[in-house]
Amino acid sequence: MSSSFENEFRASATKLTADLRHRALIRTSLKGYEKNRDEKRAGFQSWELARQAAAEAKWEAVNHLDKYLLEFVDNLNKRGSKVFWASTAEDARNYILNLAREKKARTIVKSKTMTSEEIHLNAALAGAGYEVVESDLGEYIVQLRGEAPYHLVFPAMHLTRKEISYLFHEKLGTPETNNPEELTMIARRQMRMKYCQADLGISGANFAVAETGMISITENEGNARLTTSLPKIHVALLGIEKVLPKLSDLALFLPMLAIAGTGQQLTCYNSLMGGPRQPDEVDGPEEFHVVLLDNRRTQILADAEQRDALHCIRCGACLNVCPIFRNVGGQTYGTTYQGPIGSVITPHLRGLEDWKHLSSASSLCGACSEICPVKIELHHHLLHNRRNAAKLDVGRLDRIASGAFAFLVNHPKIFAMAARLARFLQPVHRTVSGSKIDPLLAWTRSREVPVIAKKSFRQYWKSRQK
Amino acid sequence: MSQREEIIGRIKEALRFKAHRPGHVQASSYGARTGATPREWLPLVPGDHEGQVEAFARNCRELRTRFFRVGGLSDVKDNLLELKNAEDWKLIASHHAPMPDAILPSIGLPVVFTDNRPTTQEIERADVGITLCDALVAQTGSILLTARSAGGRALSVLPPHHVVIARESQLLPDLPAAFELLQKTYGNDYPSLITFITGPSRTGDIERILVLGAHGPRSLTVFLLPDEK
Amino acid sequence: MKITLFIPCFIDELAPSVGISMVRIFEKLGHTVRFDESVVCCGQPAFNTGCWKEARDVAVRVVDRLKNAEVIVIPSGSCGAMIRAFYQELFEGHPKQAAALMLAQKTFEFSEFLVDCLGVTDLGSRFPAKVTFHDGCHGLRELRVKQQPRELLKHVRELTLVEMEDQTTCCGFGGAFAVKFPMISTAMGEVKCGSALQTDADFLVSNDSSCLLHLQGLLSRKKEKLKTIHLAEILASF
Repeated sequence: MSSSFENEFRASATKLTADLRHRALIRTSLKGYEKNRDEKRAGFQSWELARQAAAEAKWEAVNHLDKYLLEFVDNLNKRGSKVFWASTAEDARNYILNLAREKKARTIVKSKTMTSEEIHLNAALAGAGYEVVESDLGEYIVQLRGEAPYHLVFPAMHLTRKEISYLFHEKLGTPETNNPEELTMIARRQMRMKYCQADLGISGANFAVAETGMISITENEGNARLTTSLPKIHVALLGIEKVLPKLSDLALFLPMLAIAGTGQQLTCYNSLMGGPRQPDEVDGPEEFHVVLLDNRRTQILADAEQRDALHCIRCGACLNVCPIFRNVGGQTYGTTYQGPIGSVITPHLRGLEDWKHLSSASSLCGACSEICPVKIELHHHLLHNRRNAAKLDVGRLDRIASGAFAFLVNHPKIFAMAARLARFLQPVHRTVSGSKIDPLLAWTRSREVPVIAKKSFRQYWKSRQK
Repeated sequence: MSQREEIIGRIKEALRFKAHRPGHVQASSYGARTGATPREWLPLVPGDHEGQVEAFARNCRELRTRFFRVGGLSDVKDNLLELKNAEDWKLIASHHAPMPDAILPSIGLPVVFTDNRPTTQEIERADVGITLCDALVAQTGSILLTARSAGGRALSVLPPHHVVIARESQLLPDLPAAFELLQKTYGNDYPSLITFITGPSRTGDIERILVLGAHGPRSLTVFLLPDEK
Repeated sequence: MKITLFIPCFIDELAPSVGISMVRIFEKLGHTVRFDESVVCCGQPAFNTGCWKEARDVAVRVVDRLKNAEVIVIPSGSCGAMIRAFYQELFEGHPKQAAALMLAQKTFEFSEFLVDCLGVTDLGSRFPAKVTFHDGCHGLRELRVKQQPRELLKHVRELTLVEMEDQTTCCGFGGAFAVKFPMISTAMGEVKCGSALQTDADFLVSNDSSCLLHLQGLLSRKKEKLKTIHLAEILASF
């Protein structure tokens, strides 16, 4: 039984996989990234040892999550930051809505945070009458288009400059241009005013350093620096799994995030924030709030087999390398988190029954696990999700098919007979091949069927024995 | 029970089950040794100061950061005068410190000092923000600065051109050294903002084509001076 | 050496010449070839669908039947990976776990066996053609087979190897995935065929027939002249 989400996935996948323009655009846009990523990886004395060290640091953090979270919060509190623990998306939304209301905010500026997508924060804020402006260029673009981000690091990578130019022309009244630099300047000018006006700045965080009570934000544009510096109130929203034990861990994580995520040695700005402006500082927010979000992360934590999915640093490398992602596009997934990591965690965050199809929509090539900077066993977890899903529904087609298959291969003589029979029926099949009544249509719609050999290997072997 | 207690409770409950160590399935012939630091895996950096200056310079070229190694403050002043004419500066923003205080008067432009707590709009109007820094990092071509050492948070990110004046001894080999410096310098009393700046601001959000000057400064200039005698 | 061949079901019925080529190659090298007709499948199809109980029913039989083999060689990276990399997980906590691990230790993919175990890279083969090589994902990533096929092809007389772009990108077969999500499988296969066709090769070679069946299906439908062939078949041309 497929869920409606699976049907939507299939419909979107069918459309996108046939879209050769999309295929070419994504391929071209990722080529530069691949070259840079591989160059920078090669610059490491040992990328593989670095991966192991990063995996171990995250293992330490996640498997002692209570200890490090409490240390993080303790250090934050010491310097006048306010911390809110949110069990659910609703808790987090309500806290931020109440804060906006209390502080009589009118304009809210946001830097990129997937966690806010996860809890549908923008819709809630807009619904309560606040003007919410996404400051990250890619997010700003998809916000104007009213669509979901395509990729968790590059939200607008599916659009051409022409489409973006038309979008700005339509929504902002600016003249059309084919020049990416001019388009960026348009967004920059729009944002300037908003930064200066905004009462509340909402950001995410890439890491939460327990030892020093700081959040760390990695970016290129400078919009997060502005979002977190100019408004009077800064709210940082982050998942509880973002914790790292030590400040010095960042010496490893900042470059690895940049290389895997964007193919850069380091992104332009890597900023650490540990509190509101201090008495001897000349500017900065008067209040710093940190919202720690659970929203079923503790459920992934409880699944010891898949716990390492919480090690994810949201670099997006697994998306970039996944041939399924490249062919169906990020929006096909219909989830906050796309690609391999999204397929792994969405069943935990939103329910296995509805989202198991994402784990099946994979050839298990393993490229994701290979590239992951923190060595998450991504493709193994896809198998785990499949196994857990198969256990849910005992009378399913898959179980029946698997049972029949197991019987067949465990009875070689019957298997051999079935194969010979199939060979006999092949010419018959050819007459319906590709038509609506073809039982093998899933294959024959696009591919020729291999011909069953006149003499199988076991027949050859038997005749050799004589 | 508070939310905090609920969440911590769920975490403790979840952690009763043990998870495999990393590298459990993937070939773990690479076991990171305990006590090893990132220095062993990050890119190699020359051990000598001149080599590090060269590495920093090379990174700057790749990042489009303008880097000038000069003999003294008067060279900085001359360079700033050239930039003032080339870029048609009308207003400078900076913070009080021996080096900016020594040269800014001779540039001949009004200066907004963030020590006087100007408004955002006033800093926004400046054509250039001139700051000191905590350190330069050779390995990555980065500038390390904080809200305490560089005139606040906005000064180094709002104006379209950011100029940094640094001393030779501030050049560190690598990122681990930068974090060691932070811990040594600030101990328990960190500034509320610490940032690594690596090149002028940029975006790749349009067809993944690199464009400089997204929201932060479009230009970044670093002057490296010899240490004071 | 007594070499036991594991001939997966699809090679048995759809590409027996691959198995026959292996027999000829090992006999040329002076080894005794064994084949257990009662072993048909490694259990991967059931495993990949999440039906691990059924997969174990099949795998247990494999472990039992092949436990006395000196060494097992498979002409398929994906079946090889199932035994060497995934049996560990499938049998976790199972009474046959130790036996499964022992089997894994003596199971090899065909090209890695020739090069790494027998130290053979030149079989005296001759195959005058331009070829390009597709790395099957499981062989590549689970078994780390990459250089071995290329070492072997290097010594084939009159053969030119041209590497294709995106050689390590999945072809899109993925077992049941090919029919469960045919639109994605086809798109991935089209990308791979496109890369192969760009090299202007006469043959598309791989060490995994499952990939080749899928790619050949696409190529034949488009009536392309490029032909698929298994590595063993090229090497057996002596």
